[in-house]
Amino acid sequence: MKKSDNMVWRFFASVRLALFSLLILATTSIIGTLIPQKNPPEFYINSFGQRTAQFFQLLDVSDMYNSWWFITLLLLFSVNLIVCTIDRLPNVWQMVVMNNLDTEPERLEKMPSRQVFHAHGDAQALAELATALLTKNGWKTRQGNKPSGLLLFSQKNAWSRLGVYAVHLSILIIFAGAIIGSLFGFKAGLMIPEGRSSDTVYETGTGKPIPLGFTLQCEDFNVSFYADGNTPKEFRSTLKVIDGSGKETPFTKNIIVNDPLNYKGITFYQSSYEPMQGFNINITNKATNAKKFFQIPIGQKIHWEETNIDFGIINQEVRSRMGDVSKLKIWFSDGQGEPSIFWMENNATQTISSPTAAYDFQASQVYATGLQVAKDPGVWTVYAGCTLMLIGLYVAFFLSHRRVWVYIVREEAADRCRIVVCGATNKNKIAFDKEFAALVECFTHDSTFHNA
Amino acid sequence: MNSSQLLGITTFAYLLSAILYIAIFVFRAKKLGLFATLITAFAFLINTAGIGLRWYESHQMGIGYAPLSNMYESLVFFAWSIAIVYLFMEIRYKNRVLGAFSMPFAALAMILAGLKNPDIKPLIPALQSNWLIAHVITCFIGYAAFAVASGMGVMYLVKDRRTDKTAGPLIASLPDLKAIDDIIHKTILFGFLWLSAGIISGAVWANSAWGTYWSWDPKETWSLITWFIYAATLHARFTRGWGGRRIAWLAIGGFVSVMFTYYGVNYLLSGLHSYGGR
Ligand code: HEM
Repeated sequence: MKKSDNMVWRFFASVRLALFSLLILATTSIIGTLIPQKNPPEFYINSFGQRTAQFFQLLDVSDMYNSWWFITLLLLFSVNLIVCTIDRLPNVWQMVVMNNLDTEPERLEKMPSRQVFHAHGDAQALAELATALLTKNGWKTRQGNKPSGLLLFSQKNAWSRLGVYAVHLSILIIFAGAIIGSLFGFKAGLMIPEGRSSDTVYETGTGKPIPLGFTLQCEDFNVSFYADGNTPKEFRSTLKVIDGSGKETPFTKNIIVNDPLNYKGITFYQSSYEPMQGFNINITNKATNAKKFFQIPIGQKIHWEETNIDFGIINQEVRSRMGDVSKLKIWFSDGQGEPSIFWMENNATQTISSPTAAYDFQASQVYATGLQVAKDPGVWTVYAGCTLMLIGLYVAFFLSHRRVWVYIVREEAADRCRIVVCGATNKNKIAFDKEFAALVECFTHDSTFHNA
Repeated sequence: MNSSQLLGITTFAYLLSAILYIAIFVFRAKKLGLFATLITAFAFLINTAGIGLRWYESHQMGIGYAPLSNMYESLVFFAWSIAIVYLFMEIRYKNRVLGAFSMPFAALAMILAGLKNPDIKPLIPALQSNWLIAHVITCFIGYAAFAVASGMGVMYLVKDRRTDKTAGPLIASLPDLKAIDDIIHKTILFGFLWLSAGIISGAVWANSAWGTYWSWDPKETWSLITWFIYAATLHARFTRGWGGRRIAWLAIGGFVSVMFTYYGVNYLLSGLHSYGGR
């Protein structure tokens, strides 16, 4: 049995099935945009009632894009695409590589675009003249001999017939990339307070610990705000990678949203942050250049051993519900004169003068940086598929396979040659007609050729 | 002169342009033709200048971003895209009746923009990406093409409904059905290419900001649904020989889905993209 006669094969090769699966995919995809996804089971029971929630569970509605039936639909779609391609590609390939000098003269007489001329003279000389005219119009021409005459042929963009198949292939490549990602990659989250480190991340959804194979330390986190005081401008973490396994020296990188850290195929994205209770304080004695770092809570009096300095944070002003501190009230004394009490911006440096000395006082709230961690070895496959898709779409939509033939036959009885100029295109006939008319015009203008 | 004033002028100019084209169609006032084209070109230039000035103003304010990141700015850019797609078609097909079915979309987009708050607001970190610019430009050129395709779909249905009866001179002034059908098809092809590029650039951006190129959030999903609808339309036409009324209806239906993706999702559904919306 030929494969094209097999019912199952025909079913999977049909475009009707493609239309059906496209429309089913489109309609079912709506469900997940109406019903919130990936919520805990109680959510569905509370919002939709016990019975509906049970039904939802049966159909995996809470995670419908990963449900058995949606994946089955995608599978059906892919099988359809593959079978359809295997079914048609050989014929299309044939069209791309075929030798058009083999075309039967009878077929030329039936071409959609056609013009007949007469001319006196030797067939070979006329062929050379016609070749020159074709070349002038951008048609690179080959010549062949037929039992009854000479045949010239030229074509443009034969390979553009493969554009559609590039698009279809690109969809499969994107699917392959997505599968690679889900098999060999992970998505996880991680919260690291400033100064701390971690060698494990926790998978999104399941919370399963995943060892990184190296240690990641958060050296610093900063959030800066626009002048309006409320809109965050930038989240910036300074991350340090300490890899004990190899001989790599530790290195640091600043990451911001849209500019992640990538190490050993694992990417760390700045995604959120959390203000913590506590402050980092740096004090510099400007005269002696003595420096000291403290991490202190609010409302506690701190003593700097080697000096006579006492200080503390006595109040704070909070910017957002999250607990971002915008301003701090500081109490500071070096035992000389009155203690200084002042408000300062979070993250700023204030200079304090006492009768005998001056100090730089820097304070910033302690944050934890929230990182999204992803390993997706399929991304580049997906991107390759996307690139192929765009190229394929362009080729499929805007390029066409155009062919022209010139067939020259000696008519002994009339002592002249009959010349058929004809052509065809696989799409965009209107544009081809113009191009063909321009070619015919060239022949008409040449005094050798006479319209038949 | 500030950018909102320029964009206010743009609104009136597009409105005038739409009215002129409709007048050309309804009253067959061919003499207005050149005037309509000039007004459209003028509106387009003012629109361009308005976007440019807004960009400049954002830099003056120390925020500095391409004005493509909230509903107001995207509507303004949508109008711009419709105008450029239409002007291209007018030059290519040398037919001003098309304007009566295209430019009302540009006017409508600007009127909707007029209902939004035009204040320049600083960008939150997630939106600070060059991929955002690529994403918005590609998506909206696609949307504009689909808007025009749906206008042509309406034109097809108007013409088709009347031909069997005694076609008045009004209907006769429309291009013939085959030509409209061809324009619809070409515009959808063009739109499909840009929509694909839009979805892809969005995926690349999401991946560079969050580490997932696709997360099935409602806006993403709806853009895919729209993409499926147009893919089905192309296959129906290309391999099953659909044409005429059916494709005209699909062009209109596809655009409804585009509008839901663009507008509806922000107001009716929630998700990652909703910050871009309000
Ligand atoms: C969303 C997925 C798909 C996309 C984006 C897509 C894209 C395309 C494009 C752009 C064309 C060219 C149309 C034109 O030139 O106007 C095409 C043609 C075609 N597609 Fe698809 N396609 C998809 C799915 C499928 C599936 C599942 C099948 C399975 C049967 C299929 C079968 C075909 C066939 C048979 C053609 C005509 C090819 C030819 O003329 O040789 N497509 N497709």
